[in-house]
Amino acid sequence: MNVRMLGVALGVSFFVVPAFAGDTVKIGYIDPLSGGGASIGEIGLKTFQYLADELNAAGGLNGKKIEIVPLDNKTNPQESLVQAQKAADDGVRIITQGNGSSVAAALTDWVSKYNDRNPGKEILYLNYAAVDPVLTNAKCSFWHFRWDANSDIKMSALTTFMKGQPDIKKVYLINQDYSFGQSVRTTARAMLKEKRPDIEIVGDEVHPLLKVTDFSPYIAKIKASGADSVITGNWGQDIALLLKAAADAGLQANWYTYYANGAGGPTAIKQTGLSHRVFAIAEGVPNSATEAAQKWEAEFRAKEGVTLFYPRAVNEMRMLKMAADEAKSTDAIPIAQKLEGMKIEAFDGGDAFMRKDDHQFFQPMYIMSFGVMDPGAKFDEEGTGWGWKLIGAVKANDTILPTTCKMERP
Amino acid sequence: MLQLIAFSALNGVLYGMLLFMLASGLTLVFSMMGVLNFAHVSFYMLGAYFGFEIERRVGFWLGFFVAPLAVGAIGAAVERFGLRRLHRLGHVSELLFTFGLAFVIEEIVQMIWGKLPVDYRVPPSLDFVAFRLFDTTYPAYRMFMLMTAVAMFAALFVALKRTRVGLVIQAALTHADMVAMLGHDVPRIFTLVFGAGAALAGLAGAIAGPALVTQPSMAALLGPILFVVIVVGGLGSLAGAFVASLVIGLIQTFAVAMNGSLAELFGPVAPPFMGDLWQVTIAELAPIIPYLLLVIVLIVRPTGLMGTRES
Amino acid sequence: MKRAACFLWPWLALAAVFALAPRVFSSGTALTMMSLMGVMIVFALSYNMLLGQTGLLSFGHAVYYGLGGFVAIHAMNAVIHGKLGVPVAIMPTVGGLAGLAFGVLFGLVSVRRAGLVFSMISLGIGELVSSSSFILRTFFGGEEGITTNRAKLAPLFGLKFGPQIEVYYLIAIWCFLCIAAMYALTRTPFGRICNAVRDNPERVQYIGYSAQGIRLIAFSFAAFFAGIAGALAAINFEIMNAQQLGAQQSAVVLLMTYIGGVGYFAGPILGAVIITFLQINLSDVTNAWQLYFGLMFIGFVSFAPGGVAGWLMRHREAARSGEFRRLAPAYASVAPALAAGLIGAAMLIELANRQLAMARSEGSAMNLFGFAVDASSIAPWALALVLFAGGVAMSWRLWPKVGDAWDSVNAGLRAKGRA
Repeated sequence: MNVRMLGVALGVSFFVVPAFAGDTVKIGYIDPLSGGGASIGEIGLKTFQYLADELNAAGGLNGKKIEIVPLDNKTNPQESLVQAQKAADDGVRIITQGNGSSVAAALTDWVSKYNDRNPGKEILYLNYAAVDPVLTNAKCSFWHFRWDANSDIKMSALTTFMKGQPDIKKVYLINQDYSFGQSVRTTARAMLKEKRPDIEIVGDEVHPLLKVTDFSPYIAKIKASGADSVITGNWGQDIALLLKAAADAGLQANWYTYYANGAGGPTAIKQTGLSHRVFAIAEGVPNSATEAAQKWEAEFRAKEGVTLFYPRAVNEMRMLKMAADEAKSTDAIPIAQKLEGMKIEAFDGGDAFMRKDDHQFFQPMYIMSFGVMDPGAKFDEEGTGWGWKLIGAVKANDTILPTTCKMERP
Repeated sequence: MLQLIAFSALNGVLYGMLLFMLASGLTLVFSMMGVLNFAHVSFYMLGAYFGFEIERRVGFWLGFFVAPLAVGAIGAAVERFGLRRLHRLGHVSELLFTFGLAFVIEEIVQMIWGKLPVDYRVPPSLDFVAFRLFDTTYPAYRMFMLMTAVAMFAALFVALKRTRVGLVIQAALTHADMVAMLGHDVPRIFTLVFGAGAALAGLAGAIAGPALVTQPSMAALLGPILFVVIVVGGLGSLAGAFVASLVIGLIQTFAVAMNGSLAELFGPVAPPFMGDLWQVTIAELAPIIPYLLLVIVLIVRPTGLMGTRES
Repeated sequence: MKRAACFLWPWLALAAVFALAPRVFSSGTALTMMSLMGVMIVFALSYNMLLGQTGLLSFGHAVYYGLGGFVAIHAMNAVIHGKLGVPVAIMPTVGGLAGLAFGVLFGLVSVRRAGLVFSMISLGIGELVSSSSFILRTFFGGEEGITTNRAKLAPLFGLKFGPQIEVYYLIAIWCFLCIAAMYALTRTPFGRICNAVRDNPERVQYIGYSAQGIRLIAFSFAAFFAGIAGALAAINFEIMNAQQLGAQQSAVVLLMTYIGGVGYFAGPILGAVIITFLQINLSDVTNAWQLYFGLMFIGFVSFAPGGVAGWLMRHREAARSGEFRRLAPAYASVAPALAAGLIGAAMLIELANRQLAMARSEGSAMNLFGFAVDASSIAPWALALVLFAGGVAMSWRLWPKVGDAWDSVNAGLRAKGRA
């Protein structure tokens, strides 16, 4: 049968001798490089490649050169597992991923099982952007480390900031109807109640994910409720259209968001003309970062042509190098043992540390608003001429939340 | 409450008209050729992107006229060089061809314009407030969209029912062979109709682009709803498409605005097997409602509300 | 005896391929890929029961695949939780039964009409189910999906199915059984009536069968096997996610079946193998892989509607009776032109992709078929254009030769009484 002829053809490409690592350490970057999520996936890849170059110039990981291996997962969890297997066959022992908590959940599960079934070939999973809290709580794993503040931590920082803002009296919650959006609204309610019980939550809305083309009915409801602030976890077109509708309807409210600073967000905000009404919570504000960080970002932008969306990737790679150099090894277990509990100065300044209990990184969080730039501010976003301005800061220690993680250690 | 109803009604009608702009071209092509064009929403997307490019370089109004023509030309070319050779292979092949074409167009758009949304703006001449109702404003651009859609419907109606070309097209709908024997170039008529359908979709894209986000996934987001409209309205019926577009536009918009759920009606404790369903609000159900409607209509009336042909 | 041997040898060969493949391709990726191919073979064959056998073009077949997988994964978790002694090897039955149940349920609604209306209903039901995955969070697991651990179920003959090689053999055995079962179905009177319903539903009613009833049964069987495929996927990946039910997955199975060839039983098998291979590896080679898939699909629809299997089968008679040598010269003359055209097209796509999508951020230097070229300079474009245009023009001119060659082959076959 013809399957056999095919088999012969396939055979040529299949005699894969597992790549001899030699003096390179491969880091697998598993994120979308085609399809809908590709624009963000490509930015992440550039960031990591830039970081790899920088660290290689400083001696690499324990003397070995870092090589970033891009693996396109098309934002599909099952595809991600196939790519992870390919990475493992290719000698990759460290993988990093961030786009999509669904993928992250699949990967962390797979890594645990792989390490269980292949002792001596353990793989580490470094998560730079998947924010589902479950990954450092119920589904925590020794092999998984997360550098992004999870969505609960972000809400905690945001509500701590709101504690000191007496103007905020009526808050409206609007979120996408899926696990992340639901988690944002439940933590918002719980934390606001705890920190500012006087704030009235005048509305709590969820809408279908990426399906709504016109948010004017929602805006009408927000207006009718008299809210002065809106908290939303919306991203992608959901935040763009939401802000558009708000601008169209002339809604005078402040927007506290998670992802207004994501790719495409600044363009959407500029289009609406809402200067310094849209806030985002992030681990770094380009225009207010330390001297060293600003210089680094300027060089990064000059070379790569995009904003540094992931200061946490800088933290991740620098800590990886420190761990490898200290452990004098590039194997998973020694590196992991050095990583957990590690304290550093975060890229944008301030003390930060990787908590041993659940492998969650705690760092200073900043609330920033987007609008007309202050004189002397260096960085604008996406060619709009507007930039981010620091409004409030929360120290790492003030963002700490308890964890239910019961980690099994090797 | 009244404000909510008023605005939802207005937005519902607007969304419905947008759907109709797309559905009209699709129905026309289907009546003519028995081909359901999966790439129709891709033409809509191309219209938006062409409008964006022209606005960027020259201005919105030029784009308003040129973009639909360009998309129409592309549609005619697709029919002439692609679909025509597939007529002999049957409707399934034509359907699958347009299916593949939809993919290809989306990929090419992503290659040329990138994967992020582009900044297609409302032109300054239309960027003002049309009216205030109960202290919420309604933008003039949306009124413009509404008027364009109505004008389009009127023009289509007149063109089909009152002009000679329209008469020939109507005849070719049901008696293609006879029309051919009377000396008309039926294949050319098909190309013309396909191109016109594409142009209508392009026009819809060119004006919807600034209001909605212009991005490569805009086609895939609107596609399934469009098919629901076509099928519910009745395959082959323009009036049916009009009615179905309005109905679905209104239902979608109203459903999204409503918060009721079974839990609110009957209390928070769900019966054992209902679980999640109990807590679900109507707003959360909004994306499913068109498909439920589709399934129900197809069970009760397989030809759709006003349909004339099945397949 | 000879007839029995003639009938058996493809099956023995297939079993041998399944059994020995891991020896030849032993890397972890190869095993994962082959396991996925096994799953997709079952899925694509089930889809062909609808499309090729009964003439029903469905745009929502992934619903049964996904639902079968979800039920199976919940069942696995229930078994683990309740420490019931059920081995993982029989879990695909659970998936199949779930697929069957949903197939009957949705089938009652779907098959009332054939043709376009059926396709639209299938699209609608597909969207319905995948949209409701956001609402029914306990069943679908929300964004993260549902995970399980296949090694925690009861062992079968001492095997816990943790390592991929054991899972591969499990999938291979199930795949073989499903292939045999579906092939057997095509040979029954039921299978023949399905073909009749595809070709002439009205006439079928005249001979006393209900076209609708037949379609429902075919639909249910297809959903049953799709459910088995879904359960196998659940066992293989140990995670089920709402994406498996979606329009994208339905499109992929359509692509596989069509490219493989809907007119022959082995077509979807070929299609599943080819497309799975491309899906996993093509994205390593180029960013524009989705464009290639779309173009490939259009190409097959326009020029080779019989798919790969159709094309191969056309040559079978010729090969058997030795007429093949008449075709060889014609193919030899057209092949370079075709190859040039295809290479030129690929070059154009890659250059365009680099220049348009990536040049702003990554520069124009790229690697084209192993040569370093600069996508902003005119030379590679000119070369690509020449190859493409020249290849297409030459193929156009030389194609009649292929037609002539076939005519003489057919004449020869008729002379031998074999046409």
